[in-house]
Amino acid sequence: MSQTKMTAKHNAKMAAPLAIHGLSVAYQKKPVLRNISFEVTEGELVGVIGPNGAGKSTLMKATLGLIPSISGEVLVYGKAYKQQRKLIGYVPQRESVDWDFPTNALDVVLMGRYGHLSWFRRPGAKDKEFALECLNKVGMADYANRQISQLSGGQQQRVFLARALAQDAKLYFMDEPFAGVDAATEKAIITLLQELKLQGKTVIVVHHDLATVQDYFDSVLLLNVELQAYGPTAETFTQEQLQRTYGGRLAFLDRSIQPLSISEGKGE
Amino acid sequence: MSDFWILLTGALVASCCGILGVFLVLRKMAMIGDAISHSVMPGIVVAFLLSGSRDSLLMMFAALLCGLLTTFLIQMFQNSGIQSDASIGVVFTALFAIGVVLVSLYARQVHLDQDAILYGEIAYVHWNIWELGGVSMGPKAIWLLGFTLFVIAAVIGLFYKQFKLCAFDPALAAAIGIPVVFFHYLLMGLVSMATVSSFESVGAILVVGLLIIPASTAYLLTDRLGVMIGLSVGAGVASTFLGYGAAVLLDASIAGCMVCAASLLFIAAFLFSPSHGVIVKKLRLRQLT
Repeated sequence: MSQTKMTAKHNAKMAAPLAIHGLSVAYQKKPVLRNISFEVTEGELVGVIGPNGAGKSTLMKATLGLIPSISGEVLVYGKAYKQQRKLIGYVPQRESVDWDFPTNALDVVLMGRYGHLSWFRRPGAKDKEFALECLNKVGMADYANRQISQLSGGQQQRVFLARALAQDAKLYFMDEPFAGVDAATEKAIITLLQELKLQGKTVIVVHHDLATVQDYFDSVLLLNVELQAYGPTAETFTQEQLQRTYGGRLAFLDRSIQPLSISEGKGE
Repeated sequence: MSDFWILLTGALVASCCGILGVFLVLRKMAMIGDAISHSVMPGIVVAFLLSGSRDSLLMMFAALLCGLLTTFLIQMFQNSGIQSDASIGVVFTALFAIGVVLVSLYARQVHLDQDAILYGEIAYVHWNIWELGGVSMGPKAIWLLGFTLFVIAAVIGLFYKQFKLCAFDPALAAAIGIPVVFFHYLLMGLVSMATVSSFESVGAILVVGLLIIPASTAYLLTDRLGVMIGLSVGAGVASTFLGYGAAVLLDASIAGCMVCAASLLFIAAFLFSPSHGVIVKKLRLRQLT
């Protein structure tokens, strides 16, 4: 697609929350993502699915500009990502931070406000109130003053989600929020995702558990270095597409999509 | 009077190092602090050879450059696939060796010897007085360290939230637009500054002790970052006082005693900290069974 055609297309309708054109990423010359293009519809919950090493986290990080891409364009509501930072909320993988860091749950949620503060401004009373509200939404208000290492894995994940809520964004990126959490937390996350959707927000989630994909997401993006398929879950999440994405590494119970096992661990 | 100046010098060194040490420990970069403290040596020597004096701004500047160069080289080697601890080891020993060679070649006749750089001599601090229009303004080291402490406190104070987020979650920091790399080098610049202002009093090697040990002690005693910084400075200052007392009693190296005292405080925290202490944890387990 030529540049002018693309621009014309953007102007014709309301710009999509996220539009990626020809994104490629390589680590030491080895391609990790090849020529990825897709456009996300506003108000959808999008699941990003693919085997280990498929580049799911990389896609998220490259989109957010955390790692360099060798080509491609990322537009958030029609503008370059750097101009739209305040519209974006990000939940990194839980293992990516040191939970022994000397800080408490409320303080971590307050970090979500930093992007809205000027360089020298510290978070004030209003920010604190808002952060508490966010903790409350994930059912963690009672743990506000708890040192973060004393929280369970699921509680830590909920603190991370509350921090993303504190970012008060329109487009959310969540990197495996369901990894290694308890049933209560999983439920809390799903309730939250639905609530965000009701508010017209768009959420892109890297996800591992194929059994829940159909229940959780409006659209799925199947990824294995290249984009395998992208579209509404009902049409896209088919056995044929999954076999293509995962190679021979999936075993199914029967013809309906009920993955029995996936030969992989978590993280990549 | 000399006691007063020595203690004040020690307290200033401990304060500078205590604040920065917290961020080094939390970012798991204790060994980078070690590396910088060694690799400022060629900077110190070159500046000394150029200016002929030991207390010039040029020396501070040269050391700053060396510190940043160290950080940059370590980062570069890591990015090109060398183990991080190996790249730290390669960079700082190489730069340090250059410094040793330079001292042995050029500075033999003048008053700059390896011992002075490596071990410092806090006992002579009050001999080197800054005179302004014939009036004595007190030891030069005090002014230099005071200035360094002011800069460190100002920078960390102004950018507290940035340093905190960069230490805890650099990915989010980058995502919301905080220039993570800039703050990394800013921190390393401050560490270089602290090292070079301290080297004359406690020496380039022992300054690492005051950078890392009091911060590690504080880490065991609190769950709040702000409190940790305060405790780190407190533990550092207490170490200099205890160490000086011990040095006077034993007639031993002052800087050595100060770092020994810091280590003893660390061991005490390691054993008896109410939250992390080994003994306290054992007792709690026994109560449970």
